[in-house]
Amino acid sequence: MPTPADLDALIVTLKLATLTTAILLLLGTPLAWWLAHSRWRFKALIEASIALPLVLPPTVLGFYLLMLLGAHGPAGRLMDTLGLEPLAFSFTGLVIGSVLYSLPFVVQPLQNAFAAIGPRPLEVAATLRAAPLDRFVTVVLPLARPGFVTATVLGFAHTVGEFGVVLMIGGNIPGETQVLSIAIYDHVEALEYGQAHWLSAGLLLFSFVLLLTVQGFNRRFSVLTP
Amino acid sequence: MNIRARLRTRRGDDFSLQVDLTLPGRGVTAIFGPSGCGKTTLLRAIAGLDPAVTGELRVGGETWQDAARRLPPHRRAVGYVFQEASLFPHLSVKANIEYGQKRIPLDQQRITVDDAVALLGLEKLLQRRPAQLSGGERQRVAIARALAVSPKILLMDEPLAALDLARKREIMPYLESLPRKLALPILYVSHSPGEVARLADEMVLLDNGRVHACGPTTEIFTRLDLPLAHGDKAAALIDAVVVAHDDRFALTALEFSGGRFLVSRKDLPIGHRARLRVIARDVSLTLERQRDTSILNIFDARIDALHREGASQMLVRLDVGGTALLSRITRKSCEALRLAPGKRVHAQVKTVALLA
Repeated sequence: MPTPADLDALIVTLKLATLTTAILLLLGTPLAWWLAHSRWRFKALIEASIALPLVLPPTVLGFYLLMLLGAHGPAGRLMDTLGLEPLAFSFTGLVIGSVLYSLPFVVQPLQNAFAAIGPRPLEVAATLRAAPLDRFVTVVLPLARPGFVTATVLGFAHTVGEFGVVLMIGGNIPGETQVLSIAIYDHVEALEYGQAHWLSAGLLLFSFVLLLTVQGFNRRFSVLTP
Repeated sequence: MNIRARLRTRRGDDFSLQVDLTLPGRGVTAIFGPSGCGKTTLLRAIAGLDPAVTGELRVGGETWQDAARRLPPHRRAVGYVFQEASLFPHLSVKANIEYGQKRIPLDQQRITVDDAVALLGLEKLLQRRPAQLSGGERQRVAIARALAVSPKILLMDEPLAALDLARKREIMPYLESLPRKLALPILYVSHSPGEVARLADEMVLLDNGRVHACGPTTEIFTRLDLPLAHGDKAAALIDAVVVAHDDRFALTALEFSGGRFLVSRKDLPIGHRARLRVIARDVSLTLERQRDTSILNIFDARIDALHREGASQMLVRLDVGGTALLSRITRKSCEALRLAPGKRVHAQVKTVALLA
């Protein structure tokens, strides 16, 4: 059976994933829209930077974040001058790391969804008197729905499963920065295979059900992207 | 109210559109020309969809664009029908039609959703999704949706081009009925002489981004200096009015400025305005009026102009009481009859088609 510490880890994980996904959707939507429509010539640089977490070992990203946010890093010193706690080894630091790490998983499905809509539906809406924001809400959002579902689920699931970045900048503070993936690692280290099984099987099932739901959802709305 | 458009824009390095047009405030004006001549570019410029357009645009006393300002597309009272219906796939037919109508102030509504639905015969399709419609039905919904914003001008970009022949036939009657029922200028982009002949009162001939000619369709079709009057399909268009029916021989008489045509009986009310098409090769010329002939439609005409067509043919433009007719004859006959501008002849019309 899961211990109270495991439940704490579950709560931290869910909190982290929910917050991260919400932030990613807020930031990722305008970013993906810009990427899908901009003809800026250095756009590829931005796209490559966003995609970096896909290929970079998470520990590398975590390490640099630690350097940046730690007490002796530039951001850490800035926080210090402002009289604030350093972000490393805090839940906020964890959120920052997760947002960066999961960014491509949210931006790329959104960017693809926006690009797939093409200019025509927006032009039609414009000739039907819809102002730009109105067009976005009433045409782009519904048409990009499968993209949003995919982005939300991938962003959430990817944050739940993250290990390297979290370990580097979050430390392993129970109830504060200890997440499920690290709890599993700790159980294995301590040879508590039974506990590790509980959590691992739970995550496995969760991920599988999530992906199944997304597929079903996107198929049901496939009529939207004929 | 009319439309004044002095617009220019560039596309890449090798194409520029530069037009200076005054278009009538009602009826159908066709924008005609080969692919790539700038027809769609002109329509998009009027709708405000191309931000690079400069110049001046006034529609019915409202300035949509001048040196000082440029209204964005959603502030222009246009109805736009794209080549592909482009319905919103996530909305029902009804919601598609209501989309624009909901966004205009109540006091600007002249065409209701019900009007638009009735004009395009969509009553039974309202609850359907676009994916459940045929190509022709989709285009009808797109037209109704554009009308439901009560536009000051309706822009149609080859609305039939993406459809097969059967679907074209399905939509044509609706298109023909629009100008009769709505006091609304319609700009109709097309590269099909057949569609233009049926629908357009006026036409603008566009060539490589410039206005090559513009004027009444009947005139443009018969001007010997323009491409439409040449080739195998050269034909004159004649606007006529149904004046009588002959039940004994099942004929219908239609009057135009130069006389009266008899055609096979058509079920049209007296007073109905119809357009006739007479193909140049179906018109023969005689110096004396023929009496013993089976041809019913013979008109007094004056030769307006002659034009050589290839090695053996001549194209003759005739003035029949103010209406232009084309006749294609051999060069040999032309010489034998000593035809020359100003000469009086009789035009014998073998076949005539009633277009609409």
